[in-house]
Amino acid sequence: MTFDMSQFHQVFFDETAEHLVNMESLLLAINVQQPESEDLNAIFRAAHSIKGGAATFGFSDLAELTHVLENLLDKVRKNELPLSRDIVDASLLSGDLLKEMLAFHRGDEPVDEARIAVLKQKLEQLSVPGAVAVPSPQVAQPAAAVPGRLHIEIYPPVAMAVDELWQRLAALGSLQIMQALDEQADPVIPALALLSTESPCDDVVEMLAFLLPPESFKVVDDVTLEDDGVGFFSLPVMAPSGDIAFEEDGFGLFAPLPASTASHNADIAFEEDGFGLFAPLPVAPASGKPDVAFEEDGFGLFEPLATAPAVAPAPSAPMPVKEVVRPEVRAATAVAPGAGENSIRVSTDKVDLLLNLVGELVITQSMLMQYGSALDSVEHENLLNSISLLQRNSRELQEAVMSIRMMPIAFVFNRFPRVVRDLAGKLDKQVELKMVGENTELDKGFIEKLSDPLTHLVRNSLDHGIESPEQRRAKGKKETGLLTLRAFHEGGSIVIEVTDDGAGLRRDKILSKARESGLPVSDTMSDTEVWALIFEPGFSTAAEVTDVSGRGVGMDVVRKNIVAMGGRIDISSMVDIGTTMTIRLPLTLAIMDGMSIKIADETYVLPLNYILESLQPKPSEIKTIAGRGQVVSVRGEYLPIISVAEYFTIDAPPTQPDKSILIIVESSSQKVALMVDELLGQQQFVVKNLEANYRKVEGLSGATIMGDGRVALILDVAAIVRMNLQKAHGELLTAQLH
Amino acid sequence: MGVATMDANNSSDTDKARREYLVFALGKEEYGIDILKVQEIRGYDAVTRLAKSPSFIKGVINLRGHIVPIVDMRIKFDVGNVIYNDFTVVIILNVLNRTVGMVVDGVSDVIELSGDDIRPAPEFGAVMNTNYIQGLGVVGERMIIMVDIEKLMSSDEMALMDAAVAANV
Repeated sequence: MTFDMSQFHQVFFDETAEHLVNMESLLLAINVQQPESEDLNAIFRAAHSIKGGAATFGFSDLAELTHVLENLLDKVRKNELPLSRDIVDASLLSGDLLKEMLAFHRGDEPVDEARIAVLKQKLEQLSVPGAVAVPSPQVAQPAAAVPGRLHIEIYPPVAMAVDELWQRLAALGSLQIMQALDEQADPVIPALALLSTESPCDDVVEMLAFLLPPESFKVVDDVTLEDDGVGFFSLPVMAPSGDIAFEEDGFGLFAPLPASTASHNADIAFEEDGFGLFAPLPVAPASGKPDVAFEEDGFGLFEPLATAPAVAPAPSAPMPVKEVVRPEVRAATAVAPGAGENSIRVSTDKVDLLLNLVGELVITQSMLMQYGSALDSVEHENLLNSISLLQRNSRELQEAVMSIRMMPIAFVFNRFPRVVRDLAGKLDKQVELKMVGENTELDKGFIEKLSDPLTHLVRNSLDHGIESPEQRRAKGKKETGLLTLRAFHEGGSIVIEVTDDGAGLRRDKILSKARESGLPVSDTMSDTEVWALIFEPGFSTAAEVTDVSGRGVGMDVVRKNIVAMGGRIDISSMVDIGTTMTIRLPLTLAIMDGMSIKIADETYVLPLNYILESLQPKPSEIKTIAGRGQVVSVRGEYLPIISVAEYFTIDAPPTQPDKSILIIVESSSQKVALMVDELLGQQQFVVKNLEANYRKVEGLSGATIMGDGRVALILDVAAIVRMNLQKAHGELLTAQLH
Repeated sequence: MGVATMDANNSSDTDKARREYLVFALGKEEYGIDILKVQEIRGYDAVTRLAKSPSFIKGVINLRGHIVPIVDMRIKFDVGNVIYNDFTVVIILNVLNRTVGMVVDGVSDVIELSGDDIRPAPEFGAVMNTNYIQGLGVVGERMIIMVDIEKLMSSDEMALMDAAVAANV
């Protein structure tokens, strides 16, 4: 029977990826000094499962590396080896390499062999002290190939001298007695021996059956056991009392059952969490069939049936087992959960199309609503009721469709425990990472774009923010710095904060650095303005350049990326208390919070995130500067007034600033006052781009469709501010020339 | 260049097969365009004016959720009577994966022509640059100017696309 194994590859990939993630988070969380044995076991189990799967599906590179890793972890969890940082590091590194290998099997770049070799060596070195009880991997690996390695267990009552029995067995091949029979002990300790022989298993069984009563011996063919034998037959040595059926977590062990229980009841032990676990297969002793052994978590290892993550007996083994399912059945059930938590992958194009259509529906519905409102409410009661029902349904539909694009920010946050750990190690700092609000959802489009800027901020906080333990002690702070990542919704935006309790930004340092770089600064600048300087290109206050950060590329890129997403970033900082970087993003890329404004007869939309305030100025607050237009004084600040009507050459009688409304907007730390006729209201807009059918228009960032079906244009505040600045510079230049 | 080669192919195809063309009026002349490029014909709705655009670009409309620019060919070629009323016709074109609406004086009919019916265009004084004219279609007494609408709409002078996009066409 041949199986197309590749149909299960995806399941294996998914599961392995899950195991790797699991292993990594456990490794990161573990307390090196006092590791919880639960955790150690869980880590081992993850590695073990990966190995089992990899071997089953023929990914030998994965299996080999995991094998070495597993050996090491096995010793750690058995307390044969103290857990050390080195071991954790090496394990994390193994996880990384395994991920790369996995990627390779999924069609990515192959992994550098040399790196794997180096890592394997490292893992082996780490596992050397205390490597006594466990067969070395080199031996274990080809164990399956050794002909006829039989494990023989003898239970009382033994009708003949045990020594004579050993002699007879030794005649068949080389015999290694691992444990003597002790009938006096309670419970009785069975004799254990390892026989390497050319003779087939059945012959040995026959011979023993001739000499002993059937219930007092057991022969297990090594080949069928787990291929490396780790942790199996070393058990009796470790637990001579012989009554240990399983390890604490109960897996991977073929307990040598005492005679009393070893009789005919084929015991199957199950782990608490449901992994099938097999007791020593004390099948009817005379059957002597090479018994199958099972891996604990479902990747069946035994040859012909190995396809399914199956736990199943060889058909001939008459095991009165509950919970044993035929491999076919198991295979079927195993695919379903592996296929990705009941989710389907859909291209974002389709989701966007859906979003578009729903947007249309909402507009159509609001048109209907408008027409309906003109009707007599008694005469058309049914129609009006239906319209309001339609309204509710379409709103709900819109929300549901929007939520398709939303993903929890945990997808971004999850990488940081590792980043922080690695960096802290590199920088010799002690840092605790706290993450709050990982389940906050945001647009999928942001998830990918956020990870780089956030990583940069985290690196910065670790490198420049949090001080070394000595400095912290000197300042009377806890030696371990605290880095907090927090995400939450606020109004129509999502806020992400990166907070450290480090040294804080140094105003004087930033100012002097800014002067050096020739930036226009003054000592009277507000803190916010000073902090904003670090977003200037080429600005770095790090005393020295480290390979972590400080090259001065970055913060400007961070801000650029955030602004490109329609968001903004703010800093608040206090010396020796810490720094908080706050990123504000709109909830989704497709929907924008905006203020609709009216200029003459035309409606425009102003993105809300640029707006600081709007005001109706008094005539006395307006000043005209010859040749430079008008400025408005807002709490002592003079801001240039830009007439949107003029900017967009709208034919309308020129209005006086004191008759219209000024909206103070800020972009790139530049504030200007936009002059408009009327504020219509604040709402959410579906953003459409103009370039799809037309081209980019200066001063516009896109378009949206209003409730009445008309198109309104979205102002590109950043561009308007920039152009105003250029114009001012240009005029200054012309003025100087004259 | 790409467009030119495509034309050559098209005309060789049309030698045998008969194709359908939509005929519209612009001033006193009749123009024909490949009907497969036409998405729909609709009335003139309120457009949203685009600042800093040439005068013949009237603005954009919401066409079932898509933002579609509207060009007024009457203004572009300075013909006809530029008024907007219930009879003003907009031909929505689908060219080069884009949607564009063009205002014309009127749509008359759909004609079927084979390649033989289209004569090479002599240098003549049509309002349109001869670069965009494929030839003259003769149907009985009528003479219809066959326009390569894709070439026209992607041209610099229509200013409907960013230069980079147009260059890739």
